[in-house]
Amino acid sequence: MNYFPDEVVEHVFDFITSHKDRNSVSLVCKSWYKIERYSRQRVFIGNCYSITPQRLIARFPGLKSLTLKGKPHFADFNLVPHDWGGFVDPWIKALAKSRIGLEELRLKRMVVSDDSLELLSKSFPNFKSLVLVSCEGFTTDGVAAIAANCRFLRELDLQENEVEDHRGHWLSCFPESCTSLVSLNFACLKGEINLASLERLVARSPNLKSLRLNRVVPLDTLQKLLMRAPQLVDLGIGSYVDDPSSEVFSKLKAVIQLCNSIRSLSGFLEVAPCCMSAIYPICENLTFLNLSYAPGLQGNDLTKLVQHCRKLQRLWILDCIGDKGLGVVASTCKELQELRVFPSDPFDAGNAAVTEEGLVLISAGCPKLNSLLYFCHQMTNAALITVAKNCTNFIRFRLCILDPVKADPVTNQPLDEGFGAIVRSNKSLKRLSLSGLLTDQVFLYIGMYAKRLEMLSIAFAGDSNKGMLYVLNGCKKLRKLEIRDCPFGDVALLEDMGKYETMRSLWMSSCEVTLGACKTLAKKMPSLNVEIINESEQLEFSLDDRLLVDKMYLYRTLVGHRKDKPEYVLLL
Amino acid sequence: MSSENGKRLLETDAGGLNFEATELTLGLPGEPRVTSDGGAKLGSKRGFSETVDLKLGDNNREVKLGHSLQEAAKSPVSKTQVVGWPPVRGFAKRGKKSCKYVKVAVDGAPYLRKVDLEIYNSYQQLLTSLEDMFSCFTIRNYLNEKKIDQVNGIEYMPTYEDKDGDWMLVGDVPWQMFVESCKRLRLMKSSEAVGLGLTTGPKYSSTN
Repeated sequence: MNYFPDEVVEHVFDFITSHKDRNSVSLVCKSWYKIERYSRQRVFIGNCYSITPQRLIARFPGLKSLTLKGKPHFADFNLVPHDWGGFVDPWIKALAKSRIGLEELRLKRMVVSDDSLELLSKSFPNFKSLVLVSCEGFTTDGVAAIAANCRFLRELDLQENEVEDHRGHWLSCFPESCTSLVSLNFACLKGEINLASLERLVARSPNLKSLRLNRVVPLDTLQKLLMRAPQLVDLGIGSYVDDPSSEVFSKLKAVIQLCNSIRSLSGFLEVAPCCMSAIYPICENLTFLNLSYAPGLQGNDLTKLVQHCRKLQRLWILDCIGDKGLGVVASTCKELQELRVFPSDPFDAGNAAVTEEGLVLISAGCPKLNSLLYFCHQMTNAALITVAKNCTNFIRFRLCILDPVKADPVTNQPLDEGFGAIVRSNKSLKRLSLSGLLTDQVFLYIGMYAKRLEMLSIAFAGDSNKGMLYVLNGCKKLRKLEIRDCPFGDVALLEDMGKYETMRSLWMSSCEVTLGACKTLAKKMPSLNVEIINESEQLEFSLDDRLLVDKMYLYRTLVGHRKDKPEYVLLL
Repeated sequence: MSSENGKRLLETDAGGLNFEATELTLGLPGEPRVTSDGGAKLGSKRGFSETVDLKLGDNNREVKLGHSLQEAAKSPVSKTQVVGWPPVRGFAKRGKKSCKYVKVAVDGAPYLRKVDLEIYNSYQQLLTSLEDMFSCFTIRNYLNEKKIDQVNGIEYMPTYEDKDGDWMLVGDVPWQMFVESCKRLRLMKSSEAVGLGLTTGPKYSSTN
């Protein structure tokens, strides 16, 4: 390769697209590093505090697409206080000042302001795609700026964000000249929008493939939109309520039959079960069905619908489908790869919606299953062992038993053996979440068998430091470890400090880690930021080193302490 | 879930695991959590976690409880939850939702609409939204600023039916009180409203 001119090498690099591979390529030699950095267009930064925007811009002048992640995962569950960080503003400001021709920005768990969105919309003439997932801090005014100023916008995808809804006019801000939309998702917005504007927008967007509506878009508008866009591939329905005998409903039934490109269906934020039959004709072709935001559908309705979905590859559903309903899924959806079962009412155990039985049925009926997120009221070792026998392709296995320390109800044993079987038989496992009553034994198994594991989430588990040590020593590919309420302490934390440089981050809350240990770690490892989140009222940081720390978050970084930390965070 | 007093510590034999190695104990109420060195816990104030109804079971079992559950176990039994558990994002939006849909009628319109009052925070937001919904009408702002629609020149007064069945002018009571008591909305033609003496502006300002 040394004898090829740079252009040839660069051309070869064009075929190397995964971030991991491009990162590896850049490490081979100086020449490849140089060629790679000039030709790199897409960059993924898993922790926005691991690097600065200035260094990003300096290294990759050809940057077109940036993905940034901010807060730690447990922020999703209210464990990270407000204003902790993850601000996108400095990134957008720096990029705007530079000559970077940004076209795509994807953010997850970041704080985004209206000002940032406005600056973004005005700074990059070729901006095409904005994807915001689990972000907060902005209002519909910011969204309006994007709509108004991004002349070639293709994608505006808002997923599960906390957006303050000011007025419904953001949608009307798309100029008449904007005809480039391919994907529009505003399902997470709560407020009214101008329906006539929406219809006109869809009518002038011939490339529109993905449209996800919010709950205020009524069924009659849906019918009109589908008339304009029968080419849709991905549809998120807002409100789906009407009288089945109405004329509008008949029109809807007719137009749905024309939408034979729809492969992905979601929403039903408001739904009348009697109207679901109109959907059946497109179920045949569905590969993704997400009914996890449709509490208006009962188990029977779900089962009847699923029976039509023979080609389903991904199913997200509420647990009211029940074990029986999962049995129907198992016998119908032979192509199923991913299943997510969410709790509809986690605190009412009287209505035990799904149990280990449903999971066993799925494992037996769906040979291609490789990704699972399952909230249930109970689990047994026997069931997990059966699942492990049936399924050996799991990449993601996340099990959440709603009672945090529940044992196997049949044998009263911890679930160590069950999870042990899962990791032993699924050699490709990359992500694992544990729950139920668990001792150090389960971690011994994980350290022994989960050799490809990259992300592990632990809660209310283990007996001693040994548990955490098994994992740190055994899981060579571990990148993210998040632990809450486990008896792991200083000994485990400090045993192999270099390990954390090979990982993106470690979160430990309500464990047995002392302030002194955190200080030691921070002192010995300058390449790590060790953050202590202290929410108690006393903000004195000259405290006893023996004090137990409530929340610790550490991550590797190339740029030292961050400058934007709130008062309650102590950076060691 | 059975309502057990979370303070019970039960024994077990669990196949050879060394339970003496455990560092966790259930403390008595009022005692701070300590390490073996005697240090107290940093940042132990917990805003939300109170008691959780632990299904500890009837049989003998020693339960290792994390901090949150220990804190929870100290208070009298009531049905609340541990912070951040279950780990499901946006669960509140998925599960049984609280929403308040009321019918909206507009004098002269052929059909009614429904709005969820829970998604608004103020009268201003509600009225703006209604204007969007019935885009050919304009609604008389409760601050008595007239917005005359260019085409029709018709003004409407927002009124609502409360729990007692009385028709009230929108804007007199605090927003939350309105949300709770409103059963349905009616946008009444101003000309009609004048005759009923509903022209005096309401007491609550747009900042509510």
